[in-house]
Order: sequence, then C-alpha cells, then structure tokens
Amino acid sequence: MSALLKDAWDGLLDQSWLVPTLLLIGLGLAFAIPEYNWLNKYIQLVLMYIGINIILTVSLNLVNGYMGEFSLAHAGFMAIGAYTAALLTMKVLPVVAYPVLFPLAVLTGGIVAAIMGLIVAVPSFKIRGDYLAIITLAFLMIVKSVIENIDYIGGPRGIPGIKRLTTLPWVFFWTVATVWMIRNFVYSKYGRGVLSIREDEIASDLMSVNTKRVKFLAFMLSSFCAGIAGALFAHLLQFISPRVFDIIKTTDVLIMVYLGGIASIGGSILGATAYTALMELLRPSTMVALLNWLPDLVFDPLNQYIIQNLGVWRMVIMPLLLVLVMLYWPRGMMGQREFRGFIPRRDRDAHRRINTRGEKL
Amino acid sequence: MSEGIVYWLQQMLNALQLGSIYALIALGYTMVYGILTMINFAHGDVFMVGAFFCFLAATYLGLPFVPTLLLTMIGAALVGALLERLAYKPLRNAPRVSAIITALGLGLFLENFTLALAPYPKHIPPLLENVTWDMGGVSLSSLQVIIIFLSLGLMFLLDYIVHRTPVGMAMRAISWDKTFVPLMGVPVDLIISVTFAIGAGLAGAAGTMYALAYPVIDPYMGIMVGWKAFISAVVGGIGNIRGAMIGAFILGGVEIMVTAFFPSTYRDFVAFTLLLLLIVVRPYGILGKPRTQKV
Repeated sequence: MSALLKDAWDGLLDQSWLVPTLLLIGLGLAFAIPEYNWLNKYIQLVLMYIGINIILTVSLNLVNGYMGEFSLAHAGFMAIGAYTAALLTMKVLPVVAYPVLFPLAVLTGGIVAAIMGLIVAVPSFKIRGDYLAIITLAFLMIVKSVIENIDYIGGPRGIPGIKRLTTLPWVFFWTVATVWMIRNFVYSKYGRGVLSIREDEIASDLMSVNTKRVKFLAFMLSSFCAGIAGALFAHLLQFISPRVFDIIKTTDVLIMVYLGGIASIGGSILGATAYTALMELLRPSTMVALLNWLPDLVFDPLNQYIIQNLGVWRMVIMPLLLVLVMLYWPRGMMGQREFRGFIPRRDRDAHRRINTRGEKL
Repeated sequence: MSEGIVYWLQQMLNALQLGSIYALIALGYTMVYGILTMINFAHGDVFMVGAFFCFLAATYLGLPFVPTLLLTMIGAALVGALLERLAYKPLRNAPRVSAIITALGLGLFLENFTLALAPYPKHIPPLLENVTWDMGGVSLSSLQVIIIFLSLGLMFLLDYIVHRTPVGMAMRAISWDKTFVPLMGVPVDLIISVTFAIGAGLAGAAGTMYALAYPVIDPYMGIMVGWKAFISAVVGGIGNIRGAMIGAFILGGVEIMVTAFFPSTYRDFVAFTLLLLLIVVRPYGILGKPRTQKV
C-alpha cells in the first residue's frame, strides 16, 4: 500500500503542470491575502520576513553549503543592496513612478551588490578556509565603516522614512525567482563545478573545471540575491542604519543555513521558515498574546515577566541554538538531502544513489 | 621640547598602552590557532567577561587591585577552559567550519547572556590611586605605567612558559604534530585545555586593565577590541606568539596615529583595510612562515 502511495506521489511530482500550478496558486494567494485581509497584518509581515530570509538563506547556502567556503559577508551585501535601492527610491526616482520602478530599484540593488561581490570573489581564488572567512569578515566591517563615514547617506544615523513599497506579491516573486535561479545554477554544469570545489579544489582544477569562473559566478549570484533581499528588507522595515547589518545579521542567516542543513535548497527554505517563526514566537508581544489566549492556565506575573525580559533572553536563545545545532545536529533538517521536487528529472536517480552512500558533511 | 615632539611622544605612549592590551588578547587567539589551527572567535567576549568579573570583584567584594586582578584571571581562565571542554572538544574531528561557527555562536551567547544579567553599562570603581606626572609636557599616569609593565611582564611570563617549561614544550609539540605526540604520552586534551585557560586568563588580565583605563563597561565592548586583537595576531603571523606581540603594538600605533590625524570614525576602516590587504599580500604575517599545501 505504501509503495503504491509512493509511486503515486512520485508520479505526481513528475507531472510538468505541477510546478506552474503551485506557483499560480501561490501568486494568487500573495495578491489575495493583503487584498481581502485574510490574515492579520502581523502575520502578513511575518510572511514577508520569511520570504526575505529564504532569499538570504538559499543564497548563502550556495557559498557556505554547496561550495564549502565560509562567508561572513552576507549582511554586507545586504546592506549594499538596501542602501542602493533606498537611495534610488528616495532621491532619484520620481514619486509617481514608484509602483513601476520599484522592481528596477531592487534589481539595481542586487546588481551593485553583485559587483561588490567581486571584492570577495577575487581573493577567494588564492585563499581558502579560515583566511577567506577573515576576508569576508573584514569586508563586512569595511562596508559598515564606509557607510558610517558618508554623511550624505546618514552616516551612523541611517536613513529613516523609506517608503513601504515591499508587498507580499513582490516578496513572493523575488523568493521564487531566487530559488529558481539558485536551483538552476546548482544543477547546471557550473553547479557541478561548485560541488567539485567543495570536495577538492585542486583536483577539480586538474580535471579542467574552470574553478575561477565557477567561484566568480557563485559569489556574484550569492551577493546579487543578498542585495535583493536587502532592498526588499529596507522597503519593509522603512529604516536602515549600519547597525542593522552587522555581524549579528550574518549570524542569523548562518543559523538558518545550518539549521536547515547545508547544500539543500529545501532545507534552506525549511530552516528560514522555522527559525523566523520561532523568533517571532519568542517576541514578548506574541508570547503575551498566546498566553492571554489560554487565560485559565496563566498568572499575571508570568505575563509581566515575559513583557520585561523575553526580549533579551530571546537574543540569548538564538546563539545557543546555533551552538546546539552544530554540536548535536550537524546535518540540520535536510543536510545534503533535497526534496524530489527541486531536483531536475534527469538527476533524480543519480541523486538518490549519491545520498544513500551516507556522505560525510 | 618643541610642540611637535611632545605631541608625538604623547601619542606613542597612548599607542603603547593600547598595544599592550591588544597584545594580551592577541596571545589567546594565536596560542589557540597555533595548537588547534582554529580561530576562537569567542575570545574577545572572554575579555569582556573578564572586565565584568573585575567589576564584580571590585564592587561587591570590595577587593583591592591585586586580588581583583588574580580573581579575574582565574575566573576568565575557567570560562575559557569550560568553553573548550563543552563546545570545542566535541567538534575537534568535525569539519573546521563547524568550530568557527560554534565559536561565533558562543561569542554572541556570552554577549547576550551578560546583557540579560546586566542590562545597563557598569562603572568600575577606581582601584588604584592615579598619579599623573608631567614630563616636559608629556603627561604620564601611573595607570599607564602599570598597564604597560604588567602586560610586558605577563608576556615575558608566557614566553617563558611556552619556551622553557614542560607544559610549553608539550604545547609546541602538539602544534607541530597531532598524530604522534599523543603516542609519546603527552596528555593532549589536558594541554589543549591548559592552552585555552592561559589564553583566557591573559584576556581576563586585559579586561581588568581595560576596565581600569576606560571605566565604563558594557556587554558589547569585547567585539571590537576582540577583532582588533585578532587583526594584531594576523599581522604578526597567526600562531606565532612573538608575532602577536609585535602585531599588537603595530596596530595600536596605527590606530592611535589615525585618530590623531583623521576623524576617529576612520579607525575601524583603516584597521580592517589593513587586515584585508595583508591577507591578500602576505597571509602568513610578519613573523609567520608560509605554509605550502600538499596535494
């Protein structure tokens, strides 16, 4: 019976109409939810954060998971995208044209971030491992420091009053676009090059993989997506400052990558969703709302305590979660495994064989 | 003396003070890297924890300077050894990235945990009577003298331990070869824990001195100071103890000179640009030796 079900499930996944249908339903929902207020505003906001975090996680997984490098610069690329797009919508583009030109601003943010990605990509030709981690860290700090020292873009005070242009349909669109791009990249010729770099860079160079070009493309694609996420983030939060994009933001994304599992797009989506939802659940206001929902069980002092302290303890739980995942759950939710739906049809059998070998992480 | 020379001497003195604090922290980074080839990103936060221990000892126990310093060093050493035992040891055979990520997470954990316990910045009571001497225009405080000489003393002590004692010999042996040294009867786990403890103890001492020199402490103070110390270790050649000391004084000098001639907000920019350029041009630092990769 279960074999029959499994066959039916596999058959369903092989249908070519499945993905377009799901996407259409998703897009319809993305338009309908804000239009008819099917979910309350707060949950809509959380959905948008989940989308942005999926973009960040999937794109960081390309470098940290599939390629096996260790980049800490993701928040830096995000900052570049955010500042570029925010400056465009606030100082360059005419107000009337916002709805039309907003995607252009987001795209420009991504492109500028991709160009800056070269600063990290070029040293990575020669340098690997710990030292590359240091370079990416230095890059992040330099981005932050440069922004702090330019008065025109607000310096350390940041840019307040950005228009709220990020909507649920746009987040849905960019999330799907990112997942689509990275999935296609990973399963392309270059994607195999990326995997071979992770396993052994020198050997793959000898096997005539053009490692420089592969790294180049991977870093640029990753930082492009980070820039897009940053642009969306800026127009959702409506306020950006260098402090928003510090090492803690990168750590957030790292947690999502490793919680979901490296080298897995499905894992990144799950990890980003689970982590964002968990962090929102631990917000004092959410927790109090939940507790008030169960009035018989709870005493007022507990509510008081939560209002006063949970905001801080939440920040204690976050890094602890990262450490615990690394210690006890190194594969994460889906480390090096993948939903069948994300694997191209031609690769499905091969992929199954690879993963039954019980690969090391 | 002319104005210019006085100004330079004063800045050199400040650089020496900053450099000696960086050096004490950088030693912890470089020792751990030397023995495990692992970057202990939580080390800057051990320094912060040290400063908070100093606050606790000075405020609640009301101890004078020397017991405070000793207590802080012991406390920080325990924290360092505990981190190693609980978090790094299980990952010794895991991919190296896991250890780096764990270290980052531990650093954030220490920061936010301290923040949860101590939400507001704390003031350190003055433990020492601070006398300022005026030497031909250059002002020199007794605190500066103590910081510089105490740091130098601790550095020489460490150099002695590493190069002249059995423990130090074991450390050097482990960093040389991890396969055969255990077979020679060296208790590798113990020595690694001791290395972490010594590094953390030095960071604790640095925390005390920093807290005395800049008496308002907060849980995030360790981030920047820690990164700067790390840059010092890389500048000098990470894994090399004498290199870390030289690197720290160079970085201290560069930072003080930048703040003397440019707006002080350029300080971090210059420090990290220096790091970036150095890694691209000479990744093994001033005293380090290039490692060749065998295929």
